[in-house]
Amino acid sequence: MADSGSEEIAVIGNTDLTPSESENNLKNTMVEKGTSLLKMMEISVAEAEKRTGKNAVNMQETYTVYLIETRPVDAASEGTNPVPDSLWRRYSEFELLRNYLLVTYPFSVVPPLPEKRAEFVWHKLSADNMDPDFVERRRVGLENFLLRVASHPDLSSDKIFYSFLTEENGWKETVFETGFQAKADSRLKALNATFRVKNPDKRFAEMKHYGDELQSVISQLLRVRARAADRLYGVYKVHGNYGRVFSEWSAIEKEMGDGLQSAGHHMDAYAASVDDILEEEEHYADQLKEYLFYADALRAVCRKHELTQYELEMAAQDLTSKKQQREELATGTIRTFSLKGMTSKLFGQETPEQREAKVKMLETQIEEGEELVKERNTECEEFVKSAWVDIERFKEQKDHDLREALISYAIMQISMCKKGIQVWNNAKECFSKM
Amino acid sequence: MSASVVDNTVSSGNSSVAIPTDISGQILDLDEDDDLEVFSKDTSTTQTDGSSFNASMQTSPASMINQYKFEEEEEDADTKDIFVTVDNPESHVTAIETYITYRVETKTTRSEFDSSEFEVRRRYQDFLWLKGRLEEAHPTLIVHPLPEKFVMKGMVERFNEDFIETRRRALHKFLNKIAEHPIFSSSEDFKIFLTAGSGELTSHKKQGPGFLSRMGETVKAVAAAVRGVRNRPQEFTDMQEYAEAFSQKISSLDKVTQRIVREQKEYLEELKECGPTYALWSQSEQELAEPLKNVAGCVDNCCKETEEQVKHLNDHLIPVLHEYVLCADTLKMRDELDKAEDRLEWANNALKTDWTRWQKVMRTDLRSAFIDTAERNVSYYEKCLAVWESFLQSQRTDAEGNGNVDSS
Repeated sequence: MADSGSEEIAVIGNTDLTPSESENNLKNTMVEKGTSLLKMMEISVAEAEKRTGKNAVNMQETYTVYLIETRPVDAASEGTNPVPDSLWRRYSEFELLRNYLLVTYPFSVVPPLPEKRAEFVWHKLSADNMDPDFVERRRVGLENFLLRVASHPDLSSDKIFYSFLTEENGWKETVFETGFQAKADSRLKALNATFRVKNPDKRFAEMKHYGDELQSVISQLLRVRARAADRLYGVYKVHGNYGRVFSEWSAIEKEMGDGLQSAGHHMDAYAASVDDILEEEEHYADQLKEYLFYADALRAVCRKHELTQYELEMAAQDLTSKKQQREELATGTIRTFSLKGMTSKLFGQETPEQREAKVKMLETQIEEGEELVKERNTECEEFVKSAWVDIERFKEQKDHDLREALISYAIMQISMCKKGIQVWNNAKECFSKM
Repeated sequence: MSASVVDNTVSSGNSSVAIPTDISGQILDLDEDDDLEVFSKDTSTTQTDGSSFNASMQTSPASMINQYKFEEEEEDADTKDIFVTVDNPESHVTAIETYITYRVETKTTRSEFDSSEFEVRRRYQDFLWLKGRLEEAHPTLIVHPLPEKFVMKGMVERFNEDFIETRRRALHKFLNKIAEHPIFSSSEDFKIFLTAGSGELTSHKKQGPGFLSRMGETVKAVAAAVRGVRNRPQEFTDMQEYAEAFSQKISSLDKVTQRIVREQKEYLEELKECGPTYALWSQSEQELAEPLKNVAGCVDNCCKETEEQVKHLNDHLIPVLHEYVLCADTLKMRDELDKAEDRLEWANNALKTDWTRWQKVMRTDLRSAFIDTAERNVSYYEKCLAVWESFLQSQRTDAEGNGNVDSS
């Protein structure tokens, strides 16, 4: 049920995918079919549209909405091809979904969204969020995100995710009702704080370090690649001037005229060919970017481990100190310094009644403390177990996807070389006729 | 008083004709050429509306000249009887100056030469002298240009290896063009240049102009006397218009090529950082380490190929284009000479023959230079193609070896 009630609508992007195109889309976005939700439904982000409306502070704004289409798998494979269910979502809603997933599944490496703003752009590429090319690439990125979530063993069965795909109205309220934001605040705040963990799991420490390195090296690669793309564009385009000059020159020559003129056309073709070449390369850059952002998600999991470990250690520390206090009260020796202890020493002993009350309180606290430690310990162990499973899964996915990306990069280079060979062979023939 | 000879050298400076400043030896101005469009998205359309010269050019005029059928001398390689080489630059230091001499070796079967082999050393000044003499003697014929005297950047540049090599190649071409020219190659001055010892050359230089030059002087004197508005032959006008247009085009080509080289070099600089980045990445990975290292290697190989390709452009296409820029300037300046002497020259066809001959040579030179460039570009892409195909191959055999990681 596509809601298209707004005034100015400019449709961008392709419409109504055929089943084979859907299949292709899946391939393009490198997601494995056949796990969890994807077994049951086909998901795609089919279109993008511009909308204008009033925002929260009652000001006019222009934004883009994306059409999410879902279709039960069985129907499509039977070939009946019914009209898919659909609804419109904007980028901010995707962000809300992701934040919800981050908080609710802290042990999962949550798939990243495509970038909010265009970065690592080379000269000709627009950094404007409204640019049709950017919107198109974002549409692909959002679809990829949904497919990744839908194929994740834990995330795909989430109810909020399901309703994101199927219920247009009231979804936001549903998300807020889960109360995830409360958890989010405290957790996220803690994540940003610096704290010292005494016994972190070595594997997670290594993973965090890896995440740092991955982020750093992919950023560098994207930067370098963008600059090289810029330069390559220049090289090709200047050849267009050959085309122009040859053409002009051919007008004043008799015998050389034809050869020059046709050579000129090939030079123009050469200059024009760079646009397609670089557009393909942009797709490669997007694949790299996904893993740049994945590195962040990976690091988030590692930080969460540290947080749970820290909370466990804090609880254990607290318990130990309480036990010590109890011991001191029982034996009358003071090993731990406390202001209360000193003052009572200075200003007189406590009464036996007071001491007994204290001991009782401590016992209760110790009991609670032990429960807490047990709880946190379990939490920690479960976290480590689940997180490590997902990290292993992620590693395999990453190795596979990036290797495929490198291969497709090589294929692109080969295609570029073949075009170059063809053009210059043609030009050579024309020159021979000069 | 002789009318000033067209002189391409800086040292003799003033001439009554406005000599284009390009030829004085400065690096061609390559800044922000308005006629070079690079960054407009819609540049795929060719602009065939051409430039400013008149429409009549497009119908027939230059072609009329091209259609002249002369008893052209076929310069087959078989009939070539004189071979000149310029090589082996050496620097000489005296109390007053430092300069470079080049070895000039001649092998010939011509009877007017006393021997069949000669070896002499000449410096740039000597080449200049030779050119000047030929121009004096044959003011209406086209003498191939010499490389510029200085590079404006500074005197020290004169002794830079690349500069010397570029100059050597240009001097070599110059002498060969003279040797291939039906009239110039039988010049007495040319013979002396190739064969005389340095003492002999110096004294010959001191002598007055020879008979032929005196002839040229007379002609010019007559011309000066008979100056006035005349009807020049249409062909001559057309020739000059062609020269003007040609000069523009070849200058543009020169600029475009220089620009391409610049852009390629900048591309190369960026590309050089890609390989090492992939290599750095491979150090953090396990499964991916091998393909990443492989890609790093491929990128580095492509860098090398790009470097070679740029060098080739610089060493081969650019010098040829540059030569013809200078040629075109020579052509344009002959405008001054269309006084009355054109009648005389015209009568004996020398001008026309030479013009046709020049065009043929120009066509051959430029054609082979462009073909050469195209071949080089094909070779560049073929090599890069091979690099990436070997990467694909390695990944395929890897996949087969590991029982295919494909998890679908």
